[in-house]
Amino acid sequence: MHEYSLIQSLLDRVEQEATAKKATAVRRLWVRLGTQSGVERDLFAAAFDVCRIATICEGAELKIETVDAQWECRVCGRRVGKGELLTCPDCGAAAKLVAGDELFLDRIEMEVA
Amino acid sequence: MCGTCGCGDSEIISVPVHESILAGNSERARHNREHFVQRGVFAVNLMGSPGSGKTAVLEATARALAGRRRVAAITGDLETDRDAERLRKAGVPTIAITTGSACHLDAEMVHRAAHHLPSDDLDYLFVENVGNLVCPAIYDLGQSANVVALSVTEGEDKPLKYPVMFRNADLVLLTKLDLLRHLQVSLEAIQESLARVMPRPATIAFSAQNGMGMDEWVEWLEAHRFANSWKPQPNVLRARARGATL
Repeated sequence: MHEYSLIQSLLDRVEQEATAKKATAVRRLWVRLGTQSGVERDLFAAAFDVCRIATICEGAELKIETVDAQWECRVCGRRVGKGELLTCPDCGAAAKLVAGDELFLDRIEMEVA
Repeated sequence: MCGTCGCGDSEIISVPVHESILAGNSERARHNREHFVQRGVFAVNLMGSPGSGKTAVLEATARALAGRRRVAAITGDLETDRDAERLRKAGVPTIAITTGSACHLDAEMVHRAAHHLPSDDLDYLFVENVGNLVCPAIYDLGQSANVVALSVTEGEDKPLKYPVMFRNADLVLLTKLDLLRHLQVSLEAIQESLARVMPRPATIAFSAQNGMGMDEWVEWLEAHRFANSWKPQPNVLRARARGATL
């Protein structure tokens, strides 16, 4: 249940941006979560709903984009599918995760006076 | 525009950030890493389920390194400092972090605990994380290596169920090997699970009870500690040549 501490970090970061821009409210947040980020989307959203109360994000909508995991051979670039051995069947090299570990705050939409 | 006082309607702006939500933790972890590496301390983040044998691994490791290497530990648990007590009895100076309800350690907690340790006189710092195969995986503490203790009593498919933990591991210690003969569990099946979540699976079959795998584990630690040791930068060498105390 580290989702609550992540939401706390997210709210702190948003607060910082909002203060710098003298925003009066935050409308929307765009977040990208990879399926291999170690973060559960529903828990993350639920934690946001609890923690945003009495913050500048109280009325904000959380937009979450889910990014699927993608593994590739680090030598020849061959795609390695979900659940397969993480060794390239062609060249024997180890695969690397090229997408899916995202845990990003992309953009904030805010109201300024 | 408001005709009475001149105030404007609010304007909507979009602010790009493109930053990891863990950026703050990563920054503090970078600071810890720099602190450890510059002092020649090899910091290991030891993770694993509750009961996987993390403390037993460290007790046995302390005995194996006694008189040869200087070792300290930081332990994280929700309640009690029992693990720290066990490690102190094994001769390891240990700081206990009681997290309350937090399911993982973060870089700030390790930073605060590290201030109570003699970092200038250490070879190894073992951070025994909170027993949990989920949350600790994504928090960088400033360690130089992630090691996961996976006991054979946990079955064959834990890596497939908790891939993030194993993906980021540099080494998996397969613990409680002395119990294997009592179980319907095969080491090959565990290795196969690991190969589906870890790009370069590295494992050591280990038993804190009978000493199996200890030599290999110490060899692994020493090799990685050596590879990680800080090389003084040329400007530091020049400063030292001028007699500066750093």
